Amino acid sequence: MAHQNLGTKLTALVVDDNKINRKIHQKLLESVGMKNQGVENGQEAVDIHCHGQRFDLILMDMDMPIMNGIEATKELRSMGIGSMIVGVSSRCTEAEIRKFMEAGLNDYHEKPLNNSKLSSLLDKINPSFTRN
Amino acid sequence: MLGLGADLLWADMNRLLAFLFHQGVLDEQFLQLQQLQDETSPNFVSEVVNIYFHESEKLLRNLRALLMEKEFSDYKKMGIHLNQFMGSSSSIGAKRVRNVCVAFRAATEQNNRAGCLRALEMLEHEYCYLKNKLHELFQIEQQRALAAGVRYPVQN
Repeated sequence: MAHQNLGTKLTALVVDDNKINRKIHQKLLESVGMKNQGVENGQEAVDIHCHGQRFDLILMDMDMPIMNGIEATKELRSMGIGSMIVGVSSRCTEAEIRKFMEAGLNDYHEKPLNNSKLSSLLDKINPSFTRN
Repeated sequence: MLGLGADLLWADMNRLLAFLFHQGVLDEQFLQLQQLQDETSPNFVSEVVNIYFHESEKLLRNLRALLMEKEFSDYKKMGIHLNQFMGSSSSIGAKRVRNVCVAFRAATEQNNRAGCLRALEMLEHEYCYLKNKLHELFQIEQQRALAAGVRYPVQN
């Protein structure tokens, strides 16, 4: 395993079709020092990984056109992506959350995320997980 | 003198904000947005809110168009628009607009056209009120920035 550079910034991917949510979540991540990118749907999230990019954290919306969060999460896990994937949605029923978790989420939070929710997520992240 | 101007504008801004919180128009998520504003993005709040205005007006047009259709039946499509409106309103802290969306969606789920029409009118009213107040807030913010930046040259 390569020596962990403590100065390396953690990286995140925001997957959300709503421009406002993407902008807010990306700014929130930036404010805690994370490099981040945003994409508009699950298919784009899968594509960016097919091109070889990796992230420490993925914030995954559930309801999106083309490919939703559940399908994208399953696809990423089947590709062997070990990033922390956190589902974020504003209107999930308990059954939907369970289905989303079973797709391979590490955690689930109601939207919109705020600083305290993000802090609890970052506490759980092992930054070298995706770099073995 | 102009220093006093900036202070008075700051007081005006906080008074308006307190009023909007007290009325339940805005909630703590709006404060979260303000806390994200910094030197690297000094206009973050107004940028996000302007995107919200643009998207909201598109959704309102779509909702009104659907309700005005002669053989109206697409309650599901209205539900989709309302979910988007609810999500965006939550994200900027527009609590009262979001609450009206919840009531509107209930009317769509009951296939209640008259209820939908009443809800749409209420939503348009609530949205316009929010838009006017936020514009007022941003205007005060701009005036304050100008006032704080003005300096008289020192005269001997």
